[in-house]
Amino acid sequence: MKKFLCCIGVLFYSTSVFSQIKDIVESIHGNFQIDAQYYNKDTSIGAPIVPQKVLSNGFGNINYIRGNFSAGLRYESYNPVMQGFDPRYQGSGIPYRYARYKTQKLDITAGNFYDQFGSGMILRVYEERGLLYDNTIDGFRAIYNPIRGITIKGLIGHQRTFFSLSPGVVRAGDIDININELFDSLWVNKKTKVTIGGSFVSKYQASQSPTLNEPENVGCGGGRVTITRGGFNIYGEYAYKINDPSYVNKYSFKDGQGAYLTTSYAVNGFSIMLAGKYVDNMGFRSDRDQTLNAAMINYMPALTKYHTYLMATFYPYATQPNGEMAAQGEVQYKFKKGTPLGGKYGMEIAGNASVAYGIDSVNIAPQNDSRQYHYVVKSFDPGQKYFHDFNIEINKKFTKKVKGTFLYSNQFYNKNIIVENSAIKEYADIKTNIFVADITYKYKPTSSIRFEGEAMLTQQDKGSWAVGMVEWWPKSNFYLAVLDQWNYGNADESKRFHYYLVNIGFIRDAMRISLSYGKQRQGIFCVGGVCRTVPASDGISLTVSTSF
Amino acid sequence: MKKVIVSILAIAICSMAFKFDGGKIPVVTIKNLDGSKVSTSTFTNNGKPIIISFWATWCKPCKKELDNIMDDYADWQKETGVKIIAVSIDDARTMPKVITDVKTKGWPYEVYIDDNQDFKRAMNVNVVPHTFIIDGKGEIVWSHNSYAEGDEVYLYENIKHLIKGEKLEH
Repeated sequence: MKKFLCCIGVLFYSTSVFSQIKDIVESIHGNFQIDAQYYNKDTSIGAPIVPQKVLSNGFGNINYIRGNFSAGLRYESYNPVMQGFDPRYQGSGIPYRYARYKTQKLDITAGNFYDQFGSGMILRVYEERGLLYDNTIDGFRAIYNPIRGITIKGLIGHQRTFFSLSPGVVRAGDIDININELFDSLWVNKKTKVTIGGSFVSKYQASQSPTLNEPENVGCGGGRVTITRGGFNIYGEYAYKINDPSYVNKYSFKDGQGAYLTTSYAVNGFSIMLAGKYVDNMGFRSDRDQTLNAAMINYMPALTKYHTYLMATFYPYATQPNGEMAAQGEVQYKFKKGTPLGGKYGMEIAGNASVAYGIDSVNIAPQNDSRQYHYVVKSFDPGQKYFHDFNIEINKKFTKKVKGTFLYSNQFYNKNIIVENSAIKEYADIKTNIFVADITYKYKPTSSIRFEGEAMLTQQDKGSWAVGMVEWWPKSNFYLAVLDQWNYGNADESKRFHYYLVNIGFIRDAMRISLSYGKQRQGIFCVGGVCRTVPASDGISLTVSTSF
Repeated sequence: MKKVIVSILAIAICSMAFKFDGGKIPVVTIKNLDGSKVSTSTFTNNGKPIIISFWATWCKPCKKELDNIMDDYADWQKETGVKIIAVSIDDARTMPKVITDVKTKGWPYEVYIDDNQDFKRAMNVNVVPHTFIIDGKGEIVWSHNSYAEGDEVYLYENIKHLIKGEKLEH
């Protein structure tokens, strides 16, 4: 009897506990990813020798979300970090953990958070896991909506630098006003929608310089506006930063400023977009002595087309925070089904042009002072040419089973500035002509095969390249791809290598496993406005990724 | 006592194994195409299923998926009432292209921009494309990473299973 009662008790207890546990368990979600590579010795392609043979990057996120409350953490491990990433990622730890309470009016985070003001020109705290970019702030943030249409943000904390924190503290505030929502009765039904915003960011870092009179508090302020009406869209932003000598700007005391304007018009089947940007000395970090992409407070995206084809991204551009003028324009048109060019299934055509120049400045002689300016801006005319990309892309479905993408791109690349960050003309400017054909043949409703052919013609740097790829998806959860990149135009005949790569992958729900074997060519890798060279490698690599 | 612990553990493990995917859509703030803030708690479809597709203007497979679905979307809506919400994770660099791409292509979907990637993080999305099915009660019942030609066939099969109350295929 006693046993029976006990059993009933246990059952009763366990179902109530069970439902609680079940609720808790169902509120826990996360994701994991591990990348590992085995490196073969291959000095012919210039692959550095890896004494550990195997390198790996891994992370796991766990989030608990229940009602208004959420909390989570990320564990990261680098044993040691794979080639091509910042070697300062070493060991394991929990660089990200937070607790957050969010209602309609108030949203408070203690711990790590990501955020951005406007386009990010004065503050953008974000992560890009695949590139190992993470400048999360560890501190406090509050977001408050006092009335409909107004959002006020305040934050304070230190930025992550690898497994420690940046020495400078970041304090920032932002206000965002949606005019239509604020003046409900007058504006809410107007066709014109207007949002304005303003922000201020300040950092404090003690001065360590015995010679320079470094400012310890550096402030940066900015304003922005978004206007939309019908198919029109305008976004403008301006930011100003007081003197902020840093390693990257060569300890110049000149003030910084940045302006960004983008406009577009889009209707069904047609769109046009124009954007322009001016940047002078806008590098902004919470540690003035940091390099590469550590401790960056702001984000200045490149105004160039975001290519995905291998040859079109061979020479990628990144905004030069020390000074740049850039512009981009794009026109897209869709030929409707049944028109002569559209054919039975329609055709899309996109033309895009982007240019980037330095600013028109002259160097000035060193002053006998603890504040050095180094240069003055002469005019708003463009200076030295950094980059251009004129390209045209066509997407066409030929039959129910066959479709293709065709791309032509003409690019100009100032390697001295973009990669070496040096005004000395060590390398010739690189001029390329790139052709891509990408054809997909769907031989069964859920099976397909994709062919990609690319060529990059150039006289400079390593010369011309050709690429061939076949990607076969016999079933939607499995693929096999074979790739060859051939440096057939290398001036040094002994370096006309083939870089073969075989890749297989399995997908089930949110899980993805991919395994590849072969050679990776040396490449240029840009993140956070910084480009650097990634060494070549030869070996086997594995990626396992899942979320739950 | 041992039994209690064992049984609780067993039940907890079973419940985990049984339903690991579930949970409601997390509530975060994202933007619509005119820049106004929208809470994900407003995602509804009158008790019919919703497909949430994370995409970006630079992601070829994402755009292929949404293009291919567009060919059949009118039929899908007529037959099941399903609604597609396309969430772009483009940041400041490519955000102006979200509206121009959507309009040029003529996508008939509800489109939002998650430029601070709050929704992406809350939904545990690693890489795009990542597609979710939400049932009529707002529960996440299925998700799939990556896109291969013809995946929309399986996606729609599962929407039909969901409507009929059948088990979803994985």
